[in-house]
Amino acid sequence: MNGGVQVREKRLPQGPDWTFELIDEYEREIRKTAAEFGLDTYPNQIEVITSEQMLDAYASVGLPIGYPHWSFGKEFIRNEQAYRKGAQGLAYEIVINSNPCIAYLMEENSMMMQALVVAHASYGHNSFFKGNYLFKQWTAADAILDYLVFARRYVMECEERHGIGAVEEILDSCHALMSYGVDRYRRPQPLSAREEEARMAERNDYIQRQFNDLWRTVPTAGASKAGGSKRSVFPAEPEENILYFIEKHSPKLAPWQRELVRIVRKVSQYFYPQGLTKVMNEGWATFWHYTLLNRMYDKGQLEDGFMIEFLQVHTNVVTQRGFDERGYGGINPYALGFAMMRDIRRICEAPTDEDRHWFPDIAGGDWLKVLDFAMRNFKDESFIAQYLSPKLIREFRLFTVADHESKSYLEIDSIHNEEGYRRVRRLLAQHYNRDVSLPDIQVVRYERDTDRSLVLRHLIHRNRPLVSSEATEVLKHLARLWGFTVRLEAIDADGRLDHYRECTP
Amino acid sequence: MAGSVHLIDRRLNGGNKSATNRQRFIRRYKEQLKRAVGDMVDKRSITDIDGGGEVNLPARDISEPSFRHGAGGNRETVHPGNREFSPGDTIQRPQGGGGGGGGSEAGEGESTDSFVFTLSREEFLNIFFDDLELPHLVRNYLGAVQQKKMVRAGYVVEGSPTNLSVPRTMKSSLGRRVALSAPIRRELEVALAALAEARARPVPADADEVARLEARVAEIEARLKRVPFLDDLDLRYRHRVSVPQPVARAVMFCLMDVSASMDERKKDVAKRFFTLLYLFLSRKYEKVEIVFVRHTDNAEEVDENTFFHDPKSGGTVVLSALELMHEIQAERFPVGQWNIYAAQASDGDAFGSDAGKSARFLGEKIVPVCRYFAYVEIPDGQDARQSSLWVEYDTLTATARNFAMRRVCERDEIYPVFHELFKKETA
Repeated sequence: MNGGVQVREKRLPQGPDWTFELIDEYEREIRKTAAEFGLDTYPNQIEVITSEQMLDAYASVGLPIGYPHWSFGKEFIRNEQAYRKGAQGLAYEIVINSNPCIAYLMEENSMMMQALVVAHASYGHNSFFKGNYLFKQWTAADAILDYLVFARRYVMECEERHGIGAVEEILDSCHALMSYGVDRYRRPQPLSAREEEARMAERNDYIQRQFNDLWRTVPTAGASKAGGSKRSVFPAEPEENILYFIEKHSPKLAPWQRELVRIVRKVSQYFYPQGLTKVMNEGWATFWHYTLLNRMYDKGQLEDGFMIEFLQVHTNVVTQRGFDERGYGGINPYALGFAMMRDIRRICEAPTDEDRHWFPDIAGGDWLKVLDFAMRNFKDESFIAQYLSPKLIREFRLFTVADHESKSYLEIDSIHNEEGYRRVRRLLAQHYNRDVSLPDIQVVRYERDTDRSLVLRHLIHRNRPLVSSEATEVLKHLARLWGFTVRLEAIDADGRLDHYRECTP
Repeated sequence: MAGSVHLIDRRLNGGNKSATNRQRFIRRYKEQLKRAVGDMVDKRSITDIDGGGEVNLPARDISEPSFRHGAGGNRETVHPGNREFSPGDTIQRPQGGGGGGGGSEAGEGESTDSFVFTLSREEFLNIFFDDLELPHLVRNYLGAVQQKKMVRAGYVVEGSPTNLSVPRTMKSSLGRRVALSAPIRRELEVALAALAEARARPVPADADEVARLEARVAEIEARLKRVPFLDDLDLRYRHRVSVPQPVARAVMFCLMDVSASMDERKKDVAKRFFTLLYLFLSRKYEKVEIVFVRHTDNAEEVDENTFFHDPKSGGTVVLSALELMHEIQAERFPVGQWNIYAAQASDGDAFGSDAGKSARFLGEKIVPVCRYFAYVEIPDGQDARQSSLWVEYDTLTATARNFAMRRVCERDEIYPVFHELFKKETA
């Protein structure tokens, strides 16, 4: 491992074609190698599927079971089109954050690719899912598949009972607000399909009982005076989880519609940690497939041909195009993540003076421990803020561009030089901060006592406006869910009302 | 670390999980797709029409909105690959609202202007013919009894042994046995009780009494045994009845004038019409046969290729084609077994008494046996005067509801005309 003694081991059978026995054999060896590095994973389940099935899985955002909705059809068509034209080599793997961890292998791949995917998904991603604090905190890996089965069945039942159109309307509206269906601070209850069903039955039951509610409206002496004198603002605190608020308080939704809102919300919550750890998660998995396969090569288990093919694929994955090159699509999370993971190892194993100055804590440390710590306790934003080294900033030739509305031109803000390192690092970390990239919109008022309208507040961040046409559309969706007028107030930095939009269903 | 890995072959599970979602997508964008398909038909060569194909949908129509930051305001973006920039350098702001040379949101936004979508042949034709229907009249005809099909119709008490339904028979046998033996069993119980009581008496009764009771028990048991296990009454047979079925096959006659006045342009228009009709019929019937009849001054049956591409030309006698069609129909396609459709394309040139005779023949012999007869006239130009054939045929429209005629000058009028002929009748 440290370049020292070579233990020659039996060479694994080579050749382009895979068989189940071969995958099994490779998996065993990869597992042994992963154990050398102490990777801690959920048990693995590996499924071989066709490319068409892979496209299916892709369409439902990588979930093996999804409820039916046209947008997944659109996604499927888009991917299929890209795949046919060869514009998109079907990404190599899909892995499900569940226990056991399910990874898909595509039938068409060569043996080398299968081994790569096993190392990448079944050991890389898998250990990340098990170890990272966000995943630990936010997703119930044991229950997700059950819940998805429940959600699918429920949506289909609703379609039967209320019509495809009616269900589609609600789902469309929920999808428009999906990013606002996430709890960032509370840990959600563990999901259990049975409990979900019980809760729903209870909800129906409750509605039944509401027919007697008439009695409650009979005025009692003295009560009206107390109610009239004080009109409290509801909710007492702004609510950032808009879908949650709708589910609980929408005046008009039928019970089944509330349940649909809840389903979308739960799915959104499930994906919350994935969105926060894209760079780390991919970087970690890429680092490990690279490290594991190289280690196996060092042990003499893999042939040169295998490694050349592997390195070619690997290089494609971690290519970072410059801003002025064709096909530039922002920073490649695989490239950045992989480079950072490797860089941390380098800082531990062969630190320079610069590294000692910037990273006194980890320079010269045990790289396995340092990496493990980083993987467990960070998300993209904090990971970059903590570990992006000047060397990498130079390697990527990162620079920042300031786009200020007061100026008619863009200005280069900082580059990869001594003065710029910290600022580049901070801004790049900012880029992965969900609170900055997602407009800050919260529910602030529900006029329960008057016209039942709902007021949302958009805190304008650094004068950045919403995409106007889309915001109007989303408001329409919101009004559909709410059933009464909804109003989106844009508040500027000084706390003054800048402008507002309103939509009445 | 886990034991052995679970390696599962899911390839046979069948893909197409997204088929439902694809259907949903098509359902939602039916209007746009229809428009796109309409455009496509105008542009394409008709022979490719039934191949399905790529449809473009404007991306804005299918985008899903969300709250996100637009252009404007203040922000900084980070990019890789700096070569010549130093802090303080200025760059012109890129036009088009993107800002920042592909900022944080631009990367994930819609970068393409339209959404390309490949329809399968099936989907294409479904959309293409979505609001078309065989005319009302013809639907009625379809109900006429032509063929019969045997279908299950419950159970009956008599039938042939092959149709015996064992489960049903056993069920009724069991019911009958229970019903018949219940009173006997009750008697038996009483008798057994009496016997037991007689035997148990402390002072033994006279032997006669016991013997009499024993005899009675034996007699009742014998009666119980006489209840038959299976009786004629129990037998049940599966029943089948014949249900009339509409004929699911059709023949389509394509009649075309190939006289000298029919030039390539006119033939092309005619061909489009025939193709549409063929596609349409093949969606309505399991089996569609086509008969191509072309005529100059005499008619002949030809194959498709010859029909459309052979350069033969000559004079014009319309009647010859109608007579040939009638002959072929009578010989090979009896009315009772085939749904007969015919489409005639001509530029309307007819000489002397030909037009009058043709119209008469059509009205008397052909239209009555046809489900539908469509005449398409392709005049030289938009303002050409009415042809003699048109005038004569026109007399038929009043009386025969399954006869229709239209004038078509240009290619792109074909679809609208077709549409009009077969549009769904409301009510």
